[in-house]
Amino acid sequence: MACFLIPAAEAVVTTIATKALSSHEKKAENAEKNEGEMPAKMPFSAKLKWLDGMLWGGSALLAFEHIWHGEIIPVFPFLTNAADPASAAEMLREMGTAGVGMAALVTSVWGVMVGVSRVIEKRSEKTEADVK
Amino acid sequence: MTLLITVFAAIASTIVWYACPKRAEMRLGTLVLMFWGASLMWLVDAVFEYAELGAEYFSPAAADMQNDAFLGLCAVALGLVIWLGILLFTDPKGVIKNTLAGRKK
Repeated sequence: MACFLIPAAEAVVTTIATKALSSHEKKAENAEKNEGEMPAKMPFSAKLKWLDGMLWGGSALLAFEHIWHGEIIPVFPFLTNAADPASAAEMLREMGTAGVGMAALVTSVWGVMVGVSRVIEKRSEKTEADVK
Repeated sequence: MTLLITVFAAIASTIVWYACPKRAEMRLGTLVLMFWGASLMWLVDAVFEYAELGAEYFSPAAADMQNDAFLGLCAVALGLVIWLGILLFTDPKGVIKNTLAGRKK
């Protein structure tokens, strides 16, 4: 019905967070370069971009599915189920269950990806240290 | 069927991302994340549908399956079009820029 709106809303928040974090990290990186240190790890903002990509991409394709099923229309109120109160309540219930579930699953998978990337980074740091 | 087709698209794009040395230049990561994001969201949709329908979920009517397959293929095509749009807009190789400037590389 409109479940994709929850991940889309999360995507807006994470994109803003990515932009803010990215500019903060660039400043810190420039300061480190001036001191002669080179950043070894992938910045967190780059990892946050993975979440942005999954949320925006998934929401876009799900929005297409809703257009396909005639649940999104080009005229106000844009969602066919928002027209009458009974359907609107059902739509909100679905957003609270399936929508929140989608956002939670995508965020969890991203969390696992970040965890695995940390393990790989640590392993490569250890290998480099052993070589030296 | 929509979920299955999107998962296959996600797997295929991930293999291409892994094997292609120009993955960053070609923005393959965007395509991979888009298909995996959609697959995860449709997986949640499928779980809720299964909870509602039970075993009936696995034996859909032929017409529904055909419609879902068609939707899945269209969703994959849309994903590819979005990726292509991003690739051409960012123009990492400067092809569009050179073409517009009337130069040959």
